[in-house]
Amino acid sequence: MAFTFAAFCYMLALLLTAALIFFAIWHIIAFDELKTDYKNPIDQCNTLNPLVLPEYLIHAFFCVMFLCAAEWLTLGLNMPLLAYHIWRYMSRPVMSGPGLYDPTTIMNADILAYCQKEGWCKLAFYLLAFFYYLYGAVLLCK
Amino acid sequence: MSQPGIPASGGSSTGLQAQNGAASASGSPYTNGPVQNALMSSQVSVSQGYNSQLPGSYPHLIPAKTLNPVSGQSNSGGSQTVSPLSNYQGPGQALYGPPVASHPVTPSLHSGPSPQMPLPTSQNPAATPMPSGSFLPGASVSSPSNWQYNYLSQTNHCPRASSQPTMTGNTNLMSPQYVSSGDSSLQNNIIKSGIISNTNNGSMVVHNNYDEIEGGGFLATSQPTTKNPTMSRSVGYSYPSLPPGYQNTAPPSTTGAGLPPSSLNYPSGPQAFTQTPLGANHLTSSMSGLSLHPEGLRVINLLQERNMLPSTPLQPPVPNLHEDIQKLNCNPELFRCTLTSIPQTQALLNKAKLPLGLLLHPFKDLVQLPVVTSSTIVRCRSCRTYINPFVSFLDQRRWKCNLCYRVNDVPEEFMYNPLTRVYGEPHRRPEVQNATIEFMAPSEYMLRPPQPPVYLFVFDVSHNAIETGYLNSVCQSLLDNLDLLPGNTRTKIGFITFDSTIHFYSLQEGLSQPQMLIVSDIEDVFIPMPENLLVNLNESKELVQDLLKTLPQMFTKTLETQSALGPALQAAFKLMSPTGGRMSVFQTQLPTLGVGALKPREEPNQRSSAKEIHLTPSTDFYKKLALDCSGQQVAVDLFLLSGQYSDLASLGCISRYSAGSVYYYPSYHHQHNPIQVQKLEKELQRYLTRKIGFEAVMRIRCTKGLSIHTFHGNFFVRSTDLLSLPNVNPDAGYAVQMSVEESLTDTQLVSFQSALLYTSSKGERRIRVHTLCLPVVSTLNEVFLGADVQAISGLLANMAVDRSVTASLSDARDALVNAVIDSLSAYRSSALSNQQPGLMVPFSLRLFPLFVLALLKQKSFQTGTNARLDERIFAMCQVKNQPLVYLMLTTHPSLYRVDNLSDEGAISINDRTIPQPPILQLSVEKLSRDGAFLMDAGSVLMLWVGRNCGQNFLSQVLGVENYALIPQTMTDLPELDTPESARTIAFISWLREQRPFYPILYVIRDESPMKANFLQNMVEDRTESALSYYEFLLHIQQQVNK
Repeated sequence: MAFTFAAFCYMLALLLTAALIFFAIWHIIAFDELKTDYKNPIDQCNTLNPLVLPEYLIHAFFCVMFLCAAEWLTLGLNMPLLAYHIWRYMSRPVMSGPGLYDPTTIMNADILAYCQKEGWCKLAFYLLAFFYYLYGAVLLCK
Repeated sequence: MSQPGIPASGGSSTGLQAQNGAASASGSPYTNGPVQNALMSSQVSVSQGYNSQLPGSYPHLIPAKTLNPVSGQSNSGGSQTVSPLSNYQGPGQALYGPPVASHPVTPSLHSGPSPQMPLPTSQNPAATPMPSGSFLPGASVSSPSNWQYNYLSQTNHCPRASSQPTMTGNTNLMSPQYVSSGDSSLQNNIIKSGIISNTNNGSMVVHNNYDEIEGGGFLATSQPTTKNPTMSRSVGYSYPSLPPGYQNTAPPSTTGAGLPPSSLNYPSGPQAFTQTPLGANHLTSSMSGLSLHPEGLRVINLLQERNMLPSTPLQPPVPNLHEDIQKLNCNPELFRCTLTSIPQTQALLNKAKLPLGLLLHPFKDLVQLPVVTSSTIVRCRSCRTYINPFVSFLDQRRWKCNLCYRVNDVPEEFMYNPLTRVYGEPHRRPEVQNATIEFMAPSEYMLRPPQPPVYLFVFDVSHNAIETGYLNSVCQSLLDNLDLLPGNTRTKIGFITFDSTIHFYSLQEGLSQPQMLIVSDIEDVFIPMPENLLVNLNESKELVQDLLKTLPQMFTKTLETQSALGPALQAAFKLMSPTGGRMSVFQTQLPTLGVGALKPREEPNQRSSAKEIHLTPSTDFYKKLALDCSGQQVAVDLFLLSGQYSDLASLGCISRYSAGSVYYYPSYHHQHNPIQVQKLEKELQRYLTRKIGFEAVMRIRCTKGLSIHTFHGNFFVRSTDLLSLPNVNPDAGYAVQMSVEESLTDTQLVSFQSALLYTSSKGERRIRVHTLCLPVVSTLNEVFLGADVQAISGLLANMAVDRSVTASLSDARDALVNAVIDSLSAYRSSALSNQQPGLMVPFSLRLFPLFVLALLKQKSFQTGTNARLDERIFAMCQVKNQPLVYLMLTTHPSLYRVDNLSDEGAISINDRTIPQPPILQLSVEKLSRDGAFLMDAGSVLMLWVGRNCGQNFLSQVLGVENYALIPQTMTDLPELDTPESARTIAFISWLREQRPFYPILYVIRDESPMKANFLQNMVEDRTESALSYYEFLLHIQQQVNK
């Protein structure tokens, strides 16, 4: 099969997912640091908050790409995460800047545990997605 | 920027001085300066009532004092230190004289007391040399608890001790006093509540004797068990994880037997019980040992037994610990746990469905506080725990941390005990004798040199603010209390006013009058001449007084209605950020200009519905500013005096995250609302003069296996166990939710330690450490047995506030009800063997449904009334920030009938007889038209006078001819020369003395507007939207038995 738009989408998604994996790892490390007292929550939130929107936008971006390429199955697999991102951002605390994390509540054990779990789940999802896109790209380029 | 001068004020300074003097005199009861003052005020409180004449304790103080001029590498603090600590000397040696004699160290130990013991008979404190001039003999009077211990140990030991003539004399001296001093408030409490041993009652942890873990072990091991007849049956409830001192010198088999030294031989003591070995029935036996009610194990059917409310104030449960350990434990007023028996595993905790958490009041004003000055503060090397009474000494040189179990070395300096001047007794150091102690911190504990106390006042002077006329009261209060502001010669003060512009006041020394500087650029606020705006209070006192006198008149003709609070706060923050300090903001309306402007969000017609109310802030400006403030050690206290909605949900963030406090005076007006004016004046008086700690952090540590889940209170959480508190005040309480992370199966005791590091207003860096020790249990029954219902309700209230903010009010209400249902079903299904009909509750939780119902009807969580949004949010702030005692009083006030007070059962303090009417249930059925009832709701006292109230009460107490003549607003009782009046006034002032602030008394007639408030607190009754107590019980029963 020739090099199609769909194949391009998969390759792009592959690269972007690699980036998202780094985002997820960064999040996990950051929350672990918070838990082990290495960082001040204000600083940590200041570093994490600017990263939230880019991550969501990257993910939304290749969802749109898959939509254009009419890759329904792949799009379907990504929809839950996209919906989750939208919900998560809608229900964020009152903040003037972009981002999700509020330094006054982040040290709450429940929220901290939730964020950590979220990080691990996303990492797993992105890793699986990475191999799925790899497979998709190889299959389409053949 | 323009610089108009302020007209010079006419007030002469002499007149002012007189005023100040008067104020300080009248204010002294509330004064609680730094520790020196605290001690002074101990004297005050002693004279006010807590003192049961204490000649009995003098004997112990005196010899100690003679020893006092402390020498050595580590001395024990200043003069104020000496007094509490010195108490160790006398009794300890006296009591243990004979047994200790077999120990090698005794010669040196004994050298002190023997010649000095006769001294007490002279009963002349003045005869003994005083170590320092400021040391007042009166101030050294030990606290009641102290005295009580004293008594117990004396009687306990008298047979053993009687071999020594001096001792007998001493004991004899004591015993009659015990009998005769039935007037001590404390003792009466004890008698009435049925609690024999006073372990939970003491107001401070100063101990007069050496009855203490290490001491005990050391005793026993140095002495064959046969010498002490009680040892054989003392095996009982020992302290396994805390081996008695010097275990290595003792054969392991004696560890158990070695422990309990004194508490077990009770030849003639009032509580002659025997402790049976920890076995099948250890629960009952140890309960009796802890002298709880024998009915502690009772199961109660709440539907049948209605009168569960005790007629005396509810006492916190005593942890099921060995008496020697419990005696050292932290006072429950300072440090309290919801479960006095910690469940072994999280699974067990989940099964019990009760919240596990701590309630702290760490900076409470204390009558007696041991202060230690030492070059090294002994702490665990791995977890940094401060050495505390619950550590174990493996031998003289090593101690084992009770939080992380690391074995640490005892530093050389710690071997020397400055109190006894004996070397080689690390276990008798004050650090190991007191669960509450204060250390003077050396320079390692400072990030920067201690900053001077800085007070900045920010006043709203818009048209609305001037209308309310609050500036008069505030400025007058400030003038009166200027000399009482906690501080030293370095104290700095400054003022900012704002409407649509920001006004600064230059108070530089040498100016003839204060200079006003106006900054109208509120978009980008700058500070004009920053060096002259915060000035040294001493150097510029006249200018400050000038300013305070002119300020109320300066803006009387203002037409500016806008309020630029945000920019003013920013300016104030900039001004204070180099030093940190306290910012007091007075605001009277919704901020409308510049950053932080807010929009009205309240919809009056939706007040009653639980949905869609704005409990969350609408902007994060105030939160972010608060975090900046917190970073610069600035705390913001907000005084909101507003008639209209002012969005406290958003504004309150400024105080909440900077560890400030919020005060709210709805509909404040200087003429139309004199009650609020009086309230503001009283609260300001307390606010301005109370103790304050700057640049504080508080860390809470707990035994390995437990972890902190959530904090509640006003602060910023900087890491998992560290709270950043730019200011700490003695009226702030904190709550902590805990979870059991690892199973605690291999430990029998857990400890919690809170350490508050702060800079005192005198510029000293101090650490106040509280340690609480609790037993671990493995069965559900024991968990329920040790539940502390007040603490549980307090923690649940805190959690419910969080829930209402994150989810919704109705969610929070459901959660509260579910908390009762879940825990009672858990009890029913697992702890009750036979399934009886009815609502069965453990004795410890008998008031749980009542308190939860009271919470549901509290202003924070109630529905169906038109509680204004700001009032509701203020109530929530109070839940989060109040210490437990006051929270419980606000939630479930105490009701007394006062028209027929009699001296029956009265206690007497300092020749004053204080009647003790029983506490009534909060139900209208307890009221009657021909009586007068006093409701004590913590910060308010309400005296409701029934329409047909006896003429006697009206004329003899209220001083009016008939009912119709009772004034509409009456906040004082006249001092009449009648026994009825004396009794009522004695009772009310006794209630007031128990708290640091001054609750205002409202006399309420049937037509008074306050009557609604009074009736609202009748929580057992049905209201339009809430269940009555009985209905609530039925509802719970239905759910539990499902």
